[in-house]
Amino acid sequence: MEIYGETLNSRLFLGTAQYPSPAILRQAISASGTELVTVSMRREGANGSGAGFWDLLRETGVRVLPNTAGCHSVREAVTTAHMAREVFGTNWIKLEVIGHADTLQPDVFGTVEAARILSADGFKVFPYTTEDLGVGERLQAAGCQVLMPWGAPIGSGRGLANPEGLRAMRAHFPDLPLVVDAGIGRPSDAAAAMELGMDAVLLNTAVAKAGDPVTMARAMAQAVEAGYLGHRADPMERRDMAVPSTPVLGLAELI
Amino acid sequence: MKILVNSEPREVTGPSLATALMELGYTSPAIATALNGQFVARDARAAQPLAPGDRVEVLAPMQGG
Repeated sequence: MEIYGETLNSRLFLGTAQYPSPAILRQAISASGTELVTVSMRREGANGSGAGFWDLLRETGVRVLPNTAGCHSVREAVTTAHMAREVFGTNWIKLEVIGHADTLQPDVFGTVEAARILSADGFKVFPYTTEDLGVGERLQAAGCQVLMPWGAPIGSGRGLANPEGLRAMRAHFPDLPLVVDAGIGRPSDAAAAMELGMDAVLLNTAVAKAGDPVTMARAMAQAVEAGYLGHRADPMERRDMAVPSTPVLGLAELI
Repeated sequence: MKILVNSEPREVTGPSLATALMELGYTSPAIATALNGQFVARDARAAQPLAPGDRVEVLAPMQGG
C-alpha cells in the first residue's frame, strides 16, 4: 500500500508500548512483519533511557510513526509533533488530540485544527479520528492523505464497535487510505476490519498484553493478510435460508 | 536562576538553554526541547536565553501506541 508516496508492504502497523521486555518487543516486531511502528515522546529521565529505546528501534530497521498521545489541546499536539520530528527525523506524525480522559475519544475539532497547522508546516499527518464522514472530509481538506478511524476506544480490545460506520467511510472515501486505529483485541477483529476494505490496521495492546505477544503478533499478521485477501476476493452475499452446496441433480431416491 | 525542568525546580546559571541543558547533564542527542510550551529546535538552543521561572521540557523517544 502507498501512504504519502511511500510504499508499505505490511498492512499491520504496530504500537511499541506495554511489552513485557524490550527483547519481546523486538521479537514481536519481527514476528508481525510490520514496517511501521508507533512511538511517543516522554520526559527524559536522568538515566537517558530514551536513547536506548531509540537505538533498539533503529536496529529493527522499521519506519517509525511518532504520536502525540496524551495531548488534549492543539497547542500541545503541535509542539509535541515538532519535538518528535526533530528527534525521530521523520515528518510523519500520528495526530491525537484527545477529547475526553475516560473514553480517549478524539477531539475532532482540535484534530482538524492541528492537522491544518501541521500539514502547512510540512508534516504528513495520520489523524486518529472517528468514523464521522464530515470530520473525515474536514481532515482531508486540512491536508490529510490518510484517515485513522477508531475501531473501539483505545486499549479496550472490544473490536469494531461500528462496522457499518466503517463500511460507509470506505464507500465515501474510496481512494483515501483508511487505517483502523484502536480497539482491536483479537485476530478476528483485525480480519473483520480488513474485510470491510480498510487498508491497514494499527494496534498495540492486543499484542503487547497477550499472554504470548510474539505469537499474537504473528496471528495478527496472518489475520490482516487473510482479511485483506478476503475483501479482494469479493465475498459471497449472505442468505437468510440454507442453500445446498452439494448438487441436487442426480440425487438418489432411496426411500 | 531557578527554572522548572520537566516540572522539577532546578538551579542553573545559564545563560542559554544549551548551557543549562549541559549543566543539568542532558547530553543525549536524542532529546527535544520546549520552552514555556514552545518548541525550541536543537540549533536554536544556544541562542535561546533563559529567564527565572522559565518552564523547560526535555523529551526523549519512548514506547507509544
